[in-house]
Amino acid sequence: MSTLLEVSGVSVTFDGFRAINNLSIAIGEPELRAVIGPNGAGKTTFMDIVTGKTRPDEGKVIWGERSVNLLKYSESQIAKMGIGRKFQKPTVFEDQSVRDNLAMALANKRGPFSVLVWRASDRDRARIEELAEEVGLSERLDDSAGILSHGQKQWLEIGMLLAQDPRLLLVDEPAAGMTPAEREHTTDLLKRAAKTRAVVVIEHDMEFIRRLDCRVTCLHEGSVLAEGSLDYVTKNQQVIDVYLGR
Amino acid sequence: MSLDIPRSTPAPAKVRRSFLHENPSVLWFIGLLGLFTVAVTVLSEGFGIGMISTNLVKVLGMTLCLCLIAIAMDVVWGYCGILSLGHFAFFGLGGYAIGMWLMYARTEIVIRDSLGRGTIPPTELEVSEAVAAQIFGVVGSSELPLIWTFAGSLPFQLAMVVLVPGLLALVFGWLAFRSRVTGVYLSILTQAMTLALSLYLFQNDTGLRGNNGLSGLQNIPGFLHVPQSVLSVWFFWASACALGAGYLLFAWVVSGKFGSVIRAIRDNEARVRFLGYNVEGYKLFVFTITAVISGIAGALYYPQAGIINPAEIAPIASIYLAVWVAIGGRGRLYGAVIGAAFVSLLSSWLTGGGAPNINLGFYRIVWTDWWLVLLGLGFVAVTLFFPKGIGGVFDYLVRKKP
Repeated sequence: MSTLLEVSGVSVTFDGFRAINNLSIAIGEPELRAVIGPNGAGKTTFMDIVTGKTRPDEGKVIWGERSVNLLKYSESQIAKMGIGRKFQKPTVFEDQSVRDNLAMALANKRGPFSVLVWRASDRDRARIEELAEEVGLSERLDDSAGILSHGQKQWLEIGMLLAQDPRLLLVDEPAAGMTPAEREHTTDLLKRAAKTRAVVVIEHDMEFIRRLDCRVTCLHEGSVLAEGSLDYVTKNQQVIDVYLGR
Repeated sequence: MSLDIPRSTPAPAKVRRSFLHENPSVLWFIGLLGLFTVAVTVLSEGFGIGMISTNLVKVLGMTLCLCLIAIAMDVVWGYCGILSLGHFAFFGLGGYAIGMWLMYARTEIVIRDSLGRGTIPPTELEVSEAVAAQIFGVVGSSELPLIWTFAGSLPFQLAMVVLVPGLLALVFGWLAFRSRVTGVYLSILTQAMTLALSLYLFQNDTGLRGNNGLSGLQNIPGFLHVPQSVLSVWFFWASACALGAGYLLFAWVVSGKFGSVIRAIRDNEARVRFLGYNVEGYKLFVFTITAVISGIAGALYYPQAGIINPAEIAPIASIYLAVWVAIGGRGRLYGAVIGAAFVSLLSSWLTGGGAPNINLGFYRIVWTDWWLVLLGLGFVAVTLFFPKGIGGVFDYLVRKKP
């Protein structure tokens, strides 16, 4: 396992509020990592920084074998390097079919001119079918994404994330609004994805995290409070005080 | 779902057939446009039985040009979500570019004609000076401005029809999109650009004859002997061809994955960035290509109108354009065509003295005064009660079918 992403000494202040305070996290490849912590601990802001949405005041974010400094790049460039993101609130393009949503996410050229002349190849079509199968939306491919249930939208977004074929998946609360059976399916999917890539999951549901069976990082007030196996982290007195005990 | 959007992606081997197959509205549109063109030709004074006056042929031809800029506006606003209040500036620039050639070349013919009657043939310098004095006498100048250097060359001015709006849109769009100006702020910015351009052109020393504008554009050099009744039908044909080609082009652009991406940008541009698409690049592409098409529409419109002046570029024109597209139905190309044709024809009927004024006894409704009120109320009503516009009716009809 080699280090894929290294966040070191990052701080961010919003209007005087320190959202991230000297945060350092390293993610390997392949690895499955769960991030927990109370509201306002900086979990989502951490993803915002890695994906280029938020610029930190200080610190470094280093990516890949060639140690690229991600802070110099735009959101779309970072996404193209292989960092995919699923948002807390499922954000799919509701006006368009499930198929079109997946087609947009497929790992193809992203420039306006190549997209203009792009027509789905047999491989693309097969890949879309395969992804739809994987996230249980095979029957819904030609439906508009807007009429899917909340859980299905979550699935679609996970499918889009996989379609991008990223090296690092940042997944924000994937199980929210899912039935127990769907949650189980999600865990399987994330665990399978983490065999070949790095996957970072933000979750509040401890049962879900237990099933993921992976290394856990607990954030509090913008920095790492504890890191290790789930049992180790949940026995940590500080973690119990700020998060679990509440 | 709009008719323009294919439900599944066509196979590469049969792209062309599939595109039209998947977009039946394109065939319908081209067919109806063809029928309309034939009908107008048959009824015209120049080529047919003369039931339609030359003036009306011109109005209809101009309406087709307005439909062309309306579909461009629909692509940039309805599909990509950029509420540009500046596309009529591109339309006007296209008109000015072709107007310069029309005016220069015609004046040159007239001057050569009169100077040629003398015993000594005029020198090129004499001709050029006489042309300048003739064109710019009205603004108290007799020098040919620098921008008129190649006005005598049709290929050059035709290139300008495309290049001037295209480059302005490219530079303006690059600056605006790069700074991530969006929504109402971008609209204000585009409107400011339009206003600045219009005020600039109103000045006499800008080399485009100030508020006099360019006139006599209905006379086409080389075809001065051809009567207007025939010329008007030629321009009508050209406008119909341009509208048909523009419709095909835009329908193709918005049908595939490109259309998917720009509609996604309209709905949630931040999310599109995280998919790895360079949103600014796409916006710039759409803004520029629609500006170019607007320029071409303007270059076909003003020879039929006969005159262009800076008032044509004023922000209100671009606002009307947005109103047409909203009334016709955003996000569907035929909606924009319906909106532009319906509202602009209604406008010329009501304000052109075609509609009878209504006497209520205590008050007389004079349409020239009340038209704008009617338009405003119509716009508010459509926005509130029929957000899909007139084009939305077609969705309803299509869905009715099994």
